[in-house]
Parts: sequence; C-alpha cells; structure tokens
Amino acid sequence: MSYKFDTLTLHAGQVPDGQYGARAQPIYLTTSFVFKDADQAAALFNMERAGHVYSRISNPTNAVLEERIAALEGGVGAIAVASGQAALHLAVTTLMGAGGHIVASRSLYGGSHNLFEYTLPRFGIETTFVDPRDLAAWRAAIRPETRLLFGETLGNPGLDVLDIPKVAALAHEHSLPLMVDATFSTPYLLRPFELGADLLMHSATKFLGGHGVVIGGLLVDSGAFDWVRSGKFPTLTEPYAGFHDMNFAEESTVAAFLLRARREGLRDFGACLSPMSAFHILQGLETLPLRMERHIANTRRVVAYLSTQQAESGVVGTVIHPDLAEHPDHALAQALMPRGSSSVFSFTLSGGRLAGRKFIEALKVFSHLANVGDAKSLVIHPASTTHFRMSDAALAAAGIHPGTIRLSIGLEDADDLIDDLKRGIAAAAKAVA
Amino acid sequence: MELKVQGQAAYAYTGGKAFATAYRGDEPVVVFIHGAEQDHSGWTLQSRWFAYHGYRVLAPDLPGHGRSAGGPLTSIEALADWIVALLDAAGIARARLVGHSMGSLIALAATSRHPARIEQLALIGSAVPMPVSDVLLGAAQHDEPQAARLINDWSHSPRGLIGGNTVPGLWLLGMNQQLMARQKPGVFYADLNACNQYAPSPESLRAIASPVLIVAGSSDRMTPPKAVRQLAEQLGHVRQVMLTGAGHALMAEQPDAVLDALRAFILVD
Repeated sequence: MSYKFDTLTLHAGQVPDGQYGARAQPIYLTTSFVFKDADQAAALFNMERAGHVYSRISNPTNAVLEERIAALEGGVGAIAVASGQAALHLAVTTLMGAGGHIVASRSLYGGSHNLFEYTLPRFGIETTFVDPRDLAAWRAAIRPETRLLFGETLGNPGLDVLDIPKVAALAHEHSLPLMVDATFSTPYLLRPFELGADLLMHSATKFLGGHGVVIGGLLVDSGAFDWVRSGKFPTLTEPYAGFHDMNFAEESTVAAFLLRARREGLRDFGACLSPMSAFHILQGLETLPLRMERHIANTRRVVAYLSTQQAESGVVGTVIHPDLAEHPDHALAQALMPRGSSSVFSFTLSGGRLAGRKFIEALKVFSHLANVGDAKSLVIHPASTTHFRMSDAALAAAGIHPGTIRLSIGLEDADDLIDDLKRGIAAAAKAVA
Repeated sequence: MELKVQGQAAYAYTGGKAFATAYRGDEPVVVFIHGAEQDHSGWTLQSRWFAYHGYRVLAPDLPGHGRSAGGPLTSIEALADWIVALLDAAGIARARLVGHSMGSLIALAATSRHPARIEQLALIGSAVPMPVSDVLLGAAQHDEPQAARLINDWSHSPRGLIGGNTVPGLWLLGMNQQLMARQKPGVFYADLNACNQYAPSPESLRAIASPVLIVAGSSDRMTPPKAVRQLAEQLGHVRQVMLTGAGHALMAEQPDAVLDALRAFILVD
C-alpha cells in the first residue's frame, strides 16, 4: 500500500542506516566516497552501478531530501541545490542555451525577475514577461525558439494565482514544458504536477525548511513531459559529448531531464547543497503538514482582522489575499487550493512611507526582515527597505504602494499576532493624524 | 538503435555503445526483455555494464511499447517469436536472454520454441503460471491509471515503498508510475492477459536444456518465493539467487545485486 502525504513527509526516501540503525537521517558530511575496488569505481563513473562518488554530484543525505520532495510532489525525482535561484538556473541551462527564449509571468520574485531580465540575456537567453492572468498574452509571446513557460503558483506581490491547467495546456499545445515556482504554496496546499505542470522548483529556505536557518533549493521533475516527441530539446535527446556521447532520453525514458541536470549542471556549475543544509530542510519537512495547517489558520484570523480594520482604523487600505471575495483570483484559488492559499500577503496603509515606517517600528512579535515562510511571523515595508530608492511612481509601476506592508504569518498564537498588529496600526494612525 | 522487426520499426537500447560499430562483431550477445507496461529503461544499469565488458547488448522496447511501433502482441508465444525475429534483424545467431516478469515468460517461450538460438536464460521475478487477478485485469482493461497504482503497490517491497533508492535523487514509485503512464492505451491489458494465458506444458519446461538462472526477491508479492521454487522444480537444473528484502521490481530496488547475479551466471556458464 502506497503511503499518504503526511506519512511521506516523515519517511519518504529514508530507511534506517544499515550500520548503526540510526532512526534520524545521518548527516553524511563528506566530500567523497571510498570505492570498493577499481571495477566498482569504473562502473560508478560510467553509470553501470548506482551510488555516490563526490558530494557535488550526489550525497546520501541530499538524496533523501530529493526523494522526499519528489514523493510529496508526485514527481519522478529531484535535485537539491544551493538555493532556489540555483534551482531556476539549473532548470534553464539544462533546457536551453544561447538563442533560447522563455515566456514568464511578470509577477515574479525579484531574484527570478533579475535572472530573466538582466542576467540571462548576457548569455543569449531572452525572456518575454506577460500578465499571468492573460492567457492570450502567454500565447502571443510564444516564439519558435521558446523553450519554457514559467510562473509562480502564487505570484509576487499580488498573489496572482497561476491557472496551471490552462497555462500547461497552452504550453503542451506548443510542445513546451511549464515550470512553476511552488515556494509559496508547498505541496501541502497545491500539487502542480496533478494540474499539468511539468517541472517545479522550491526555495526550500522558506516553508519546506520552515525554521529560517539554511538556504536551499529543490528542482523537481514530473517525468511526464515527452522530450523526444517535442523535438525541441537536443540537450536531452541527442548525444552529449561532455558525457561519453550519452543520449539522456535513451538512458531514462522519464528522468532524462534530471540525468542531464545532475551530470552536466551540478557537475559544471557546481551549485550543490551542503548535506548539513539538507539535514535541516529534512527536519523541517517532517512537520510540514502541521505547520502549514497552522500557517493557514493563523492567516485566516489575521486577514479577517485586517478586513475589519479597513473601516475601523482609518489607515488600513486594501488587503490582498485570495481568501477574500474581492481578490481577482478568489474562485481560482478556491478551486486549486481548497486547503487554503498563501500565508504571505500584503496590505496597504494610507499615509504612505511614514505610516509604513511607524507601523513597522511599533511591532514587537513580527520580525522586520527580508524573508518569508518562517515559523516566526515576519514583516517588511518595501518602500523603506527593498525598494527604498524607487520613487512613488516607480513603485506604482511595480505594483507597490508607498504604504504596502508584506506579512508572512507564522505559528505564534493568533491573538498575539493580532495584538501586535493593533499596536502597529495605532502607531500608523497616530503618525498620519 | 532502430531495427525493422516483423515489418515494423523497433527500438533497442544498446547499453550506451553503438551496436554496429563499437565491436568486432563476434562478441556474445545479451538481450534484456522488459516486463508488462514497461520499456527498455528498466535495464539501463545492467545493460551498460555488459555493453562495456565485452558483450553486445540489445534491450528492446517490445512492439507497441516505448519507442517501438505497432500495437502490442497478445500472446507470450508471439512475443517470443518477435524476440527471435529481433535477433534475425540484428544478424545474431545465438543470444543469452534476460527477462523480467512478463519478459521472463517471453525468454522461456523463446527458448522452448527456438532452442538453437538461445545460449543461456536468466529469469528475474518469474513464475509459471503467472496468474493475474481479475481485479487487476479489469483495471487494465477499463481504468489503466488504477491498474498502474495497483501494480506499483504490489511491485515494491515494504522498503521500496519508502524509498532509499540506490540511484541518487530518483523516487522509484514515481518513476514506475510515469513509465506506465507513457505506454499506449491497450498495452497494459494485452500484456497482463498474455501473462495470464501463458500455460506451457510441464514437458516443454523440463525439455529446456540451456543453463537457467532464476533471480527472486524474498519480499516479491507478484511472483512470490514459493512460486519461484515451484518454477525451479519444474525446470530442473537451475541456479537460484534470492535477494533478501527485494520486491518484484528487482532491478530498480537492488540493481547492483541483480547485476552481480547476472555477472556470476553469464561470465561462468
């Protein structure tokens, strides 16, 4: 009998170690692995036997994390890398080289936007950004040299819900894969492969780890995309001189992408994850269902409270969350994420940058920092931090109000979080009175 | 490589070496035959080892499976004749056959029907008869995704259902599920029904003179150890290897142990 999600979060990929029977996952903090004999060494290098050679390519602790996220997402496998950005870079460079083109949602994490907008063009890879809600725009942006469609399951900063079934169908109509960044939703809230996505990535730094102690990324393959039938991916379907003329699609019918990504991308770009970090992310994953349930429950309390403050406080403006009926993707979120959507969301304070600053400075429980998805509640005021150099007009173009506050709701008692927000709102109201 | 077998295009993986040009041409040949609703890719590790250690290798996609054209053949005997036709197409007089599950029945039938063509026989996860339950046959006919879920559950050992794959980063259950999803509609039922219908006479099994290896998993619920012992008794002189803890998906769960058993058999016999 195959195991269910909550059981897999604790067990998938890990059997007690054969030597000492350790129940917890051992941390194999070693660069390399001793060969049994010369024949075994040669067989490992030529992929005639399975195993580990050097921790830049694979490591037993990392392999458990890779299997576990693949099991939770319903994929064929995964590769653990140094960060979410490394996962995105590894995916792109496995699929295409100079001359390649990406169609991406314009509602992206800033780091992903930077990679697509400024960095990849230096290497000959162009990106067209589209409104994620505009299917016609996605379609119009696809070119003969397009090799990937990319979006976030919950877009930044407006929590645009990506209509994965529709965008995936469009991608497949053009023999292209859809990749999603599933960091905000996690497999607890949304399983993108079941909706048609082909590849996905996580910044494991966020909810998967949950504790805010390590940086890590995961790249997961559904195994469903037929690279051979597509005919657009010679990196996967033609001999690769860099690895004994291996044709990855012949070697593995369903895991060709992961083979190439590991045998080329990890080997040559080298953005491997430390086994120590993999261990920490595994520790977090063990409690993912429990934490996500609490994240969502607390978020619902906080969103409900802030909604009441729109009328009562005089300073709380728009609350942007798919749980709310006025959110443009409310119905889609209910359909795709019945357990709830994001515990990261924004609201606006009238009174602009000053109100935002006073709000932040009055908080005692929320931590003021640049991260999301921690067990602890987090807050940031983009106009005075990440976007402080931008004019109000430039902020508006980026979809950010001078008084926009982004919250990441943690696992504290919701009453304490609401009391903290009351302090902040009172301070903001006083500043603009 | 691509071949024309019985008038249709057939694909065979050759272990990562060019079958026609990377050899002298007189090396022994090992043919790896996959099971129901599968393709060549279950044999990658083992077939690469033989290809790089003095053997020519063919790991075909059976008709209608993977990259091979046409529809599925509907009897084990027809599939056995197809394997011999594959040897003809590749210009091979005699070969060693390695088969898993349905592939093991094909290897047995090929040896019975064409004894002069088969030098050795390795049966992995095998039983004769190989009955398929009505529940599974029905699912294969009317609800292939459900049949794939049932097979996935029954093919793996308790440890296999948890993971701990020896190939880093690959989730065995997901791999098998996707591989089955890739096969054409109708293949699943044709394969399982062929297994269910195969009923060789005791005399034909006893008459097999080629050396035989049977590799079994102690936790195999599809072809359990008791059925494997019965097959060994029916065949007479066989070499047996029991892999402790392995389920029916032996090459996936214990690829090195399967390779070691094949090496010991093929290199010595």
